[in-house]
Amino acid sequence: MDQLLQHFLNAMILGGTYALLGIGLTLIFGIMRVVNFTHGELYTFGAYMMFMFVMPLQTNFFLALLLAVMLGVALGALIEIMLLKPLRGADIDTTMLIMIGAWIAMQNMEQFVWSGIAKSINNPFPADPLVIGAVSVSWSRVFVFVVACALIAGTYALIQWTKLGKAMRATFQDTETAALMGVRINTVYIATFAIGSGLAAAAGALLGPIFVVYPTMGDMAALKSFAIVILGGLGSVGGATIGGFILAMMEELGAGYISSGYRDAMGFLLIIIILLFRPTGLFAQKERIG
Amino acid sequence: MNRQLIEVGVVLLFASVPLWLGNLYYLHILITTGIFIIAAISLNLLLGYTGQLSLGHVAFFGIGAYTSALVSLGFDLELTDSYTFVFEPKPVWFSFLCGILFAAVCGWLIGKISFKVRGAYFVIVTISFAEVVRLVALNWIDLTEGPMALNNIPPFTLGIPGLWELTFYKKEPNYWLVLALCVLSFVIVRRLVESRAGRAMIALRENEPLATSVGVDVTKYLVLATVVSAGMAGAAGGLYTHYVRIVDPDVFLFIYTVTMVIMVITGGKGTLLGPIIGGLIFGILPEALRGVAGPEVQWIIYGILMILIVYFLPQGIVPALTNWWRQREGHQDPPAPKETAREVVN
Repeated sequence: MDQLLQHFLNAMILGGTYALLGIGLTLIFGIMRVVNFTHGELYTFGAYMMFMFVMPLQTNFFLALLLAVMLGVALGALIEIMLLKPLRGADIDTTMLIMIGAWIAMQNMEQFVWSGIAKSINNPFPADPLVIGAVSVSWSRVFVFVVACALIAGTYALIQWTKLGKAMRATFQDTETAALMGVRINTVYIATFAIGSGLAAAAGALLGPIFVVYPTMGDMAALKSFAIVILGGLGSVGGATIGGFILAMMEELGAGYISSGYRDAMGFLLIIIILLFRPTGLFAQKERIG
Repeated sequence: MNRQLIEVGVVLLFASVPLWLGNLYYLHILITTGIFIIAAISLNLLLGYTGQLSLGHVAFFGIGAYTSALVSLGFDLELTDSYTFVFEPKPVWFSFLCGILFAAVCGWLIGKISFKVRGAYFVIVTISFAEVVRLVALNWIDLTEGPMALNNIPPFTLGIPGLWELTFYKKEPNYWLVLALCVLSFVIVRRLVESRAGRAMIALRENEPLATSVGVDVTKYLVLATVVSAGMAGAAGGLYTHYVRIVDPDVFLFIYTVTMVIMVITGGKGTLLGPIIGGLIFGILPEALRGVAGPEVQWIIYGILMILIVYFLPQGIVPALTNWWRQREGHQDPPAPKETAREVVN
């Protein structure tokens, strides 16, 4: 029972960052119809920025986190303007291939700049874990969970209550009508991609100090985000949030009770199971064929 | 008649390469390129003719490689504590066929599951499939040796056991074998796309609702294309495994799928020659870059090239050349009506 409780706690903490990744991808996917293969590289980028600021530059840990996220947003906007803007109206396969090219180039640039050796990042939290009854959790993980939840809440607020959020929702529902109503589609696209990228960078910056940072760390993150998006349904932010927690729970339980080697396979098995039994995802808003 | 002569001439030219090349390293590159060309030809059937972007293609390649390796090496599985299933080593030609067959069966299975969805979802499903297979190969250590890899895989042999036998230790026979299978896959794909089934595939690539409305059984043809394509990729995997004679879970890496996709897109998807031209370029290019750049820089160039090609030559090299040729001929004399009529029929 205690073990189950501990798994549950771990899953909640991991799920927060998974949800961040999933929300970022589902926003981009839902609004722009772009399968963002660079998502994992933004995650890696966030982690490396965290490493750069904290380790060689000795910046304050919390300031470094903020800077890493902001740089992620900026890089996202840059990718949007440079690669995707010239491709408006191109079919989904073409943009997908462009994004795959960008992904390969980015990952190898990271490898070129920081080499393939894994880097670790110091954190300012006390080494003693927080013990609640029979379960324990390190302070750094608690911090990750709190920040992830804050960011999720912030994204919700942005989509629900700001003018930009309204424009994003309108674009999601019907791009052409939104454009006719005076929504600047280009701005919405840039903002969407930048926000999605910022969330991925935040996930990387948060998890970097807990695990280690290496160039191919984004591959699994990207594939898991895809799983979360399929699970939650296309373009559904709520679905991605819940999907992130479900995936984390499956991984924790799978690793704990089945085999830790297949931990990463859980997400993909989930995709296949969902496609067999509920091909529209748990919270789909649109038909996915077509 | 003329066209056939040219085709035979080109094949003979390629067949003569080991006789005058005189450099075993270059020959090795040509062999691996040839293996990838077979994989690219198989991917082109899906990507080019049915229009489905499958990014899990390396799974079939790897399944073919592992199946063929395991059947030729033999394996034992501890099913229960008291009973162990022992599989005796089998001859290589048999294991090679097993690899093709098992890859095709997996193609059928995954086709049945994943053609419920299209577009981006299909792409993600195929990637997931490849990842699951890779993780199984990595973790099922009793069977696959995991990251320790399967070693000492026997090479191909040819001949009558006991009387006369040729074992493919050298590069030359391997090269001719790969070339022969390249030609065979090319012919199979050509026969297929020029048949009724091929026209059905092209029809549903162009307009799926319309094709359905005139009675094309969409799922049937998509699954057929996947089965043929998977079997062919499995054959490429088998060739690879018995040529390199070692196989580890890295054969399932996503980057190999990407390489196949780049080959098809660069050459021209939906053209018969496309994967061959693209395969030759991207098989030889990394070696050409090796002298001037480290592996990371090489991959960066790869990624950027991919972006540039999709931007500027979205149809690929072969269609671009064909258009250019047609225009040039068009200036000299207008196309004969007979030619256009045949095109309509095709």
